[in-house]
Amino acid sequence: MPADVPWIKTNPAAALARSEPSEGGNHGRPRAVDGTILLFLLQDGITNGAIYALLGIALVLVFAVTRVIFIPQGEFIAFGALTYALLEAGRLPGTVWLLIVFGAVAFTFDFVAMLKDGGGVRRLAKAALLDLALPAAIAGTAMLVAGRGFGPLAHAALTLALVTPLGPLLYRVAFMPIASASVLTLLITAVGVHLVLVGLGLAFFGAEGVRAPAISDLMIEAGPLLVSGQNLAVYALTAASIVALWLFFERSLWGKALRATAVNRLGARLVGIRTSFAGALAFGLAALVGGLSGILVAPMTTIYYDTGFLIGLKGFVAAIIGGLASHPITAAAALAVGVVESIASFFASDLKEVIVFSLILPVLMWRSLTQTHVEEED
Amino acid sequence: MNQRLALGTFAVLLAVIPLIPGMPVFWVTLLGNVGLAALVAIGLVLLTGVGGMTSFGQAAFCGFGAYATAVLTATHGWSPWQALPVALAVSGFAAVVLGLITVRLSGHFLPLGTMAWGLSLYYLFGKIEMLGRHDGISGIPPLSVFGISLADPRAAHYLIWTVVIGAAILTTHLLDSRIGRAIRALRRGQIAAESFGIDVARTKLIVFVYAALLAGLSGWLYAHVQRTVTPAPFGLNAGIEYLFMAVVGGAGQIWGAIVGAGLVTLLKEALQRVVPAVFGTSVQLEGVVFGIALVALLQVAREGLWPHIVGLLPARQRAAPKPADLLARRAPVAGTDSALEIGRGEALLVLDQARKQFGGLVAVNDVSFKVRRGEIVALIGPNGAGKSTTFNLITGVAALTAGTVRYDGVEISGTSPRVIARHGVARTFQHVKLNPDMTVLENVALGAHLRGRAGILAAMLRLDRRDEARLLAEAAHQIERIGLGEHMMKPAGSLALGQQRMVEIARALAMDPELLLLDEPAAGLRHFEKTALADLLDRLRAEGMSVLLVEHDMGFVMGLTDHIVVLDFGTKIAEGPPEAIKTHPAVLEAYLGGAA
Repeated sequence: MPADVPWIKTNPAAALARSEPSEGGNHGRPRAVDGTILLFLLQDGITNGAIYALLGIALVLVFAVTRVIFIPQGEFIAFGALTYALLEAGRLPGTVWLLIVFGAVAFTFDFVAMLKDGGGVRRLAKAALLDLALPAAIAGTAMLVAGRGFGPLAHAALTLALVTPLGPLLYRVAFMPIASASVLTLLITAVGVHLVLVGLGLAFFGAEGVRAPAISDLMIEAGPLLVSGQNLAVYALTAASIVALWLFFERSLWGKALRATAVNRLGARLVGIRTSFAGALAFGLAALVGGLSGILVAPMTTIYYDTGFLIGLKGFVAAIIGGLASHPITAAAALAVGVVESIASFFASDLKEVIVFSLILPVLMWRSLTQTHVEEED
Repeated sequence: MNQRLALGTFAVLLAVIPLIPGMPVFWVTLLGNVGLAALVAIGLVLLTGVGGMTSFGQAAFCGFGAYATAVLTATHGWSPWQALPVALAVSGFAAVVLGLITVRLSGHFLPLGTMAWGLSLYYLFGKIEMLGRHDGISGIPPLSVFGISLADPRAAHYLIWTVVIGAAILTTHLLDSRIGRAIRALRRGQIAAESFGIDVARTKLIVFVYAALLAGLSGWLYAHVQRTVTPAPFGLNAGIEYLFMAVVGGAGQIWGAIVGAGLVTLLKEALQRVVPAVFGTSVQLEGVVFGIALVALLQVAREGLWPHIVGLLPARQRAAPKPADLLARRAPVAGTDSALEIGRGEALLVLDQARKQFGGLVAVNDVSFKVRRGEIVALIGPNGAGKSTTFNLITGVAALTAGTVRYDGVEISGTSPRVIARHGVARTFQHVKLNPDMTVLENVALGAHLRGRAGILAAMLRLDRRDEARLLAEAAHQIERIGLGEHMMKPAGSLALGQQRMVEIARALAMDPELLLLDEPAAGLRHFEKTALADLLDRLRAEGMSVLLVEHDMGFVMGLTDHIVVLDFGTKIAEGPPEAIKTHPAVLEAYLGGAA
């Protein structure tokens, strides 16, 4: 149940306090808006929107390569945020066990597939290496590192190492066996996976929320605005990720293979690209981006095991506006979603979610009116 | 009739359960919940399994029904029965609005839209003062029928299950009808459906609204059985559960929806009671178990459980249709066999300077030709000559860049395949577009769609049987005519490719066309089948039918046609009777190269 999940709270009262420290009493009420408040809302919105942009682009990427509408992307965020926050708090995150469980399940799948179509010792060894040894090694590292006070950078790296392999393992278990099914079947599967991951999140992380300390104490005054180190980190990492993804797709052979798979699966296979590998790679990238978003979000709000879903869905709103196809439109739409959300939370905080999710409807209407013919499915 | 027997047994069982002495009320209530969920799942089966669309927002439609009746009865003192039409209207109206926005989009936008919609409505239900915010509305009056109060769950049980079984029967009837065939064509074969005059977007909308109405009805019942509504049961997770039920039972299986609803509701109940006892209270494994079951089911048994249950019963062999009154032909004229006899030799289809450009590429370059009444005209040319594009311009699949296409004096360029079909133009496809799961008979009957009248209500209430019998008899007649009578009741997908091409021709004939457009009809046919096809076309011409065909087989074309149009690189290089074309220098050069 999408219960009332606290998500990045733009805090109008704090915004007011910052802009007019001497005045008090009417916090949070819709009131005459001055430019400063609008600026604060804009800044908040863009910070959140940058994170939605990362998610939206990951969703577009996964859809293009595998045709999976990846609803559980939000869970990667939650797992990333919880892992990072727990590591920062000096505790061993549940992701460690989750990774081992996922690896074991994937190995079972590989083993059964091998029994069915053969492949011998080499294939078994490879599966054991990727599904069992690698997760065990990462988990072992995590056990050594956790609680030793290694600092944010090491914890962030470890978080990414823990979360990223979940993507390919998930693809192996849930999506690869039905890779050729219809978009609709894949979507229903994705929803099933979402249910599983939220449930596992509760089992492995518990019901309590955690929040990570800010990445830095840096505060820069820019006119009336205060830009925190956290904000800067969000902007810089989002921009860097988008550029890195662009370079990956334009310049690297793997990236080109992914693009080829996205355009024509059969054709890609004919020229020697393994589509299952492309799928695993796409899911790996999605998990990496999800983990990164989680790390960025963790110091900004309290994260619970089920928080990711709502954040992820806002990335979806952006991805849908981009037609699940265009990276630049998705990124721009994500910023818009962030700003709309931030403004809505100030003027009509009760209806914030309603307004954000309703944004999809006019977009769908516009697409419907501009599309001239009925498409054939399957 | 084994199926009737099974249904009767099921109904009796349901009727007896509340009467068993010592049966705890808890179980009766649970069974009622199964029924309420089954009602929603039936709609989803129609939407997802049959129509190929899906919705995660059915719970929100339940919410519309439940909240509408809650406000009217608890706050404004209406009787539940007065509130029923309003509850249905509210759900239906919401579905029309969302449907209009999304049904024209490719498949995955509808579920995504419903997901967003489901979430925002859930939040909205919890925020509106009139709806009692998160506390909801309580004090809703119970239902009463003929003065008997249904406040007791045992009494409500009978109403709920009467409604469920009634809905299942009416929906089964609907699927076995003219509209039902159009609905079943949605998932596979939308382009073919449009070419036979079926309004695909409208049909999708009908299915979506139908499913929403069933959900609204379930919500209305729920409100009066529970006597209180809160936002919780109308959220996204409930929407996912409904979809899960439809998939478990077997997407596409109406009765499977009841099985799915039963299994999921009981499983959920068991998980909620057993899991906390074993693992402690804080862990909710419900979602995990549901999710794993859903993923596993889609990997292992995508067709759901119902086909396996039906497999236990003896298979019911459907009989071929009985003879029935003839369908009306197109404008019958006294003294002639058909309207086709009049005006033989008149220009029927006229292409005037038809042009199609894809960016800088001119695919069809100002091509003009005519098809006269009672003539067989062939469009030939080497690969890439623009034959298929020309064909698409005539059938309305592609839009002209310039020029016109006229049919019987009326300009048809710029209209849609659906409108062109209404003019009496039937076509076949180069790549066969039959629904492989439907029988040959049903596929061909789809061609006669425009010749039937019966609507949705008539179909649900079985008032369409005369209309339906005529349509099926006409389809059977056309199948006999192409010589596939013995395969009539087989799934179209089980036939050989050549036979499927012939079925497409039968489907086109079932429309009672004046002009038949055939896209490579002889491809994939064996020699004797080609001869049979040529004989059939010859007979049709004798009856006054006009035919335009695109074909590669020169022997077939030369022996059959009256007139040949030759295209090369998008331009018409020659036209005339077969003998003239055989020796035409430009044609020889195009086919054999300059050396010849």
